[in-house]
Amino acid sequence: MDMMFQFVAMTLKLSIPLVLGAMCGTIAERGGIILLGVEGLMLIGAFSGVLGSYLTGNAYMGLLLSMAAGAVLGLLYAMFCLKLRAHQSVVGVGVNMFASGLTAVLLKVFWQREGMTDPVVSVKNVSVPGLKDIPVLRVLFHDQSPYLYLTFLIVLGVWFVFYRTKAGLRYRAIGEQPFAAQTSGINVNRYRYVAMAAAGMIAGIGGSFLSLSQNNLFVVDMVAGRGFMGLAANIFGGWSPLGSLGAGMIFAVAQSARFYLPDIHIPTQFVQMLPYALTLFILLFVGKKAKGPEALGQLVS
Amino acid sequence: MYAIDMRNITKRFPGVLANDQVNLQVEEKQIHCLLGENGCGKSTLMNILFGLHQPDGGELYIRERKTRISNPNDAYQLGIGMVHQHFMLVNQMTVLENIILGNECGSFLLDRKSSRQKVLALVTEFGFKLNLDDRVADLSVGMKQRVEIVKTLYRGADIIILDEPTAVLTPQEVSELFKILKQLQKEGRTIIFITHKLNETMELSNQVTVLRKGQKVATVNTKDTTPEELASLMVGRSVEHVVSERKQTDGEVVLKIEELMVNSKAVHPVNLALRAGEILGIAGVEGNGQQELEELLVGTMAVKNGKLFLSGQDITRLPVAKRKKLGIGYIPADRHKNAMISSFSVAENYLLGFEHDACYHHRGFVKRKQLKADAHRLIEEFTVKAAGIDHPIGTLSGGNQQKVILGREVSHNPVLVIAAQPIRGLDIGAIEYVHKTLLRLKAEGKAILLISAELSEIMNLSDRIAVFYEGEISAQFPNGAYNKEEIGLFMAGKKAGGEQA
Amino acid sequence: MKTRLKSFAGDLGSSLFSILIALAIGALIILAIGENPAEAYQALFKGALGSSQSFANTLSKMIPLAFTGLAVALGQRGGMLNIGAEGQLYAGAMATTLFALTFPGLPAIVMVPMCLITGFLAGMLAGAIPGYFKAKHNTSEVIVAIMLNYLITLFTSWLVNGPFKAPGSVSQTNPIPAGAMLTKIWGNSQLTTALFLLILFAAVQYLFLWKSAKGFQLRAVGGNRFASISAGIKADRMMILTMMLSGGIAAMAGSTEVMGKYGCFIDGFSPSFGFTGIAVAILGRNHPIGVLLTAFLFGVLDTGALRMGRVTNVSANIIVVVQSLVILLVSAPEIIKFFKRTKEG
Repeated sequence: MDMMFQFVAMTLKLSIPLVLGAMCGTIAERGGIILLGVEGLMLIGAFSGVLGSYLTGNAYMGLLLSMAAGAVLGLLYAMFCLKLRAHQSVVGVGVNMFASGLTAVLLKVFWQREGMTDPVVSVKNVSVPGLKDIPVLRVLFHDQSPYLYLTFLIVLGVWFVFYRTKAGLRYRAIGEQPFAAQTSGINVNRYRYVAMAAAGMIAGIGGSFLSLSQNNLFVVDMVAGRGFMGLAANIFGGWSPLGSLGAGMIFAVAQSARFYLPDIHIPTQFVQMLPYALTLFILLFVGKKAKGPEALGQLVS
Repeated sequence: MYAIDMRNITKRFPGVLANDQVNLQVEEKQIHCLLGENGCGKSTLMNILFGLHQPDGGELYIRERKTRISNPNDAYQLGIGMVHQHFMLVNQMTVLENIILGNECGSFLLDRKSSRQKVLALVTEFGFKLNLDDRVADLSVGMKQRVEIVKTLYRGADIIILDEPTAVLTPQEVSELFKILKQLQKEGRTIIFITHKLNETMELSNQVTVLRKGQKVATVNTKDTTPEELASLMVGRSVEHVVSERKQTDGEVVLKIEELMVNSKAVHPVNLALRAGEILGIAGVEGNGQQELEELLVGTMAVKNGKLFLSGQDITRLPVAKRKKLGIGYIPADRHKNAMISSFSVAENYLLGFEHDACYHHRGFVKRKQLKADAHRLIEEFTVKAAGIDHPIGTLSGGNQQKVILGREVSHNPVLVIAAQPIRGLDIGAIEYVHKTLLRLKAEGKAILLISAELSEIMNLSDRIAVFYEGEISAQFPNGAYNKEEIGLFMAGKKAGGEQA
Repeated sequence: MKTRLKSFAGDLGSSLFSILIALAIGALIILAIGENPAEAYQALFKGALGSSQSFANTLSKMIPLAFTGLAVALGQRGGMLNIGAEGQLYAGAMATTLFALTFPGLPAIVMVPMCLITGFLAGMLAGAIPGYFKAKHNTSEVIVAIMLNYLITLFTSWLVNGPFKAPGSVSQTNPIPAGAMLTKIWGNSQLTTALFLLILFAAVQYLFLWKSAKGFQLRAVGGNRFASISAGIKADRMMILTMMLSGGIAAMAGSTEVMGKYGCFIDGFSPSFGFTGIAVAILGRNHPIGVLLTAFLFGVLDTGALRMGRVTNVSANIIVVVQSLVILLVSAPEIIKFFKRTKEG
């Protein structure tokens, strides 16, 4: 039983970057922008987090900086896609490379060495008093990062905006049929810019979790594919907030299972392949719903 | 009072004057039809009214007040709504969501309850049979259109424009639509109805404005006019260009179309035969099945019902390349999409489709020398004005592009030439050249299928004419049996033999 | 012919322009972090071209980039974006290694071609999957390829850490027999006959695309799919063929690294050759000559960056930044037009 508890707790921890990465993709792509650059956005967030903590001695300032950096990068991303009408997939590849290179360069600048930074003040795990003793559910409240609660809030927040507000209805329409939205008098690109800033910010948060909470330093390329896995989770979850949450959790199960597997002798690589294989399966063999918003990649004049 | 008063509206697009000093006055609480053939400018004019285009000249008065309409929001503020020919609906969303999009109740939060009440009130008031929670993707075409109409009403439109609404409807859906429109009129709304169909105009409208080639030809009261008069106004008198000497031919049957169901609107199949040395003109307003006919013959659309024979051989199941090899030359209606590759050079466009032909192909490689020689010869023969055969074809004018395509398709000894809208977008000189070429091909014994929305072109060149309406042949006769006005009637739905379609 | 050369030269000119802009921005970043751009770039070029050995090493570094560049370029000519080059090169590398290890006794004259062929076939298979689903179901070849990249990379990682692991602590296979290795052609450097193979592939790609009938059809589908269909070309077959060829060529990047540089399969040996190949292809205007030139330039940047990182305070990763800026600049044709206009206006 105790092992089960540890397992679930680990899964929750590992799901955070995946869910946030997936949310980033959900937000961007529901508005019609193809987003391959999650990896890069998260990496910038991870570095900004550590930088902020290093400069101010306060981990939460790092979180704020990562949100700001992510938002700015999200806006630039949007500008490339919307104003300059760039090939969106290529922009994604470019942003990923840019983030990888820039963070490594800045690392050398601030810490005078290559590879990884010194440890910084990090975000400590918490145990919510009172709630941490409830049977079963205590796994959510015992020794978890505050980022976990932030993640739930973000998922709820996005869900709320998408399905309970006017702006959300209009934004979802933009991703399906931007011309219909346009003739209904909606300023398509303005909504997309705002959304990309939010998506970038969320990716920044996801990245800073890796550097400020799960660890307490920045290592070159530390996102290590979790951004792409988040993208896969978004696809697997059907481009929706709750779907991203669920898919992120499922993929995290695969990841945490690694630690409990030596007993079952399944190589770790196969477990890691599972999310991608599942997503590929969905993409290739499940019906039209798996294709995503109808107008992905479409620009309006 | 005029609900709408458009004065001297002019609108230019690259290469074409879409609206030429058009005056349109629409009285309140009328159903006013805007009638004309494709390309006459009616959609452009209404898009200006709805704020999707800005006029280059002229003035707009709505309810006798001068205004500018810069975007659809402005139009809606003025009470103008539009139902487009190609629906502007979000397929994955519900009926309710589509109707309220952009004008939802609530300030930040979406107030679904109030929105739903408002919409329900509208829907029941007009007796529309709509389920607000259906996904639009699951609806029939007629119901989708109804959603579009309710959307304009929900936004408070009392001037409603409909652009060719019946193009996609079944006859039952058409009569239901008319019932709705007449009721809307009774409730005080003004309706503008764009169409090319005479029967609808006669049945529905109070007044008709006829446009032709970007200009307004006339405005008449429907009860004071006849279909014949309207038809003649629509097609008008035209300048005679190249005229062919018509004769009955008894050459071999080159193309035989047997029991072909052209599209889903057609009830009866098409049967046609085309002989060598003959030009068969397919007349009709665009959108009546000609595009499908083109694709079925060439092979880019699969034949589901019917058979096709080329020189006696059954080609129904043959792929495009094999049909081409048997001798079909194809000049598509949409040359940019289907006939040429803009970024490729003129020479390479001459090669397109013939890269495995013996004349250009040797052991897997392209015989460049031969291609170059042919390209030079062809641009001279067809007087193509191009900087050189290695320049991208996209830099040539429309007329010259068409000459390249024409040259390519006819220089490999086709037995059948399918020419669809061959003079679209061409200047006078190019038009003359294309027509001369078609007549030369006829003299050489080729069979030519000429599909055109330009009635004068059909009448100048064809030996026989078949008129397409809603996927069927409404009339088939030797050229000369009917005059322009009568053919115009066939194009607008009258069936040979007197019944209205 | 002259017109084609002229317009190609013009295209290359704007590519050069993008590179210069990217280098300029890189210089600005170097300045911003308090270092001397002139010193940094000088160290870079010395490191890449300063001696005949470094020149040879630059050429050696260029080879995998050129292969992936050729692969992506061919894909683009056919209208497809092959983001799967990374996975395809791992597939090729692994297939080559496994073949060599399985048949150690083969004489070099059979072994070398067979290793290459095996690698090519593995790449073709990897490329066929996104190609097929794009052609028949219009599924995004980009997403499918990204998923495949991970699957292939993880699978080969398992192979090299599991059943085929060499004794010792490093994640690599046993060395392949000497008969499978490519011959070194430049003294102390890492440059091998892979260079000739590259040039051969580039030449064949050129001849195929611009001189053969099938190649014409491939380009036609990439130029206008509908017009190709109306002209009788089987567009979906062409699209699958495009991705298969592209995959095979990308695989050569992996196979030649194994056979030329490492002599075995090393876990994670590719520093994003596949993704950099996209930049190389776009910058090289999807033309074999442009690809070779651009790959050489990137080879210079990569080799030189190592020295720059050693002798100055600027991290070698500034080159990654420059390369990414190049990608971003070239992805948005509007930018170049903007600069051209301000230059003229």
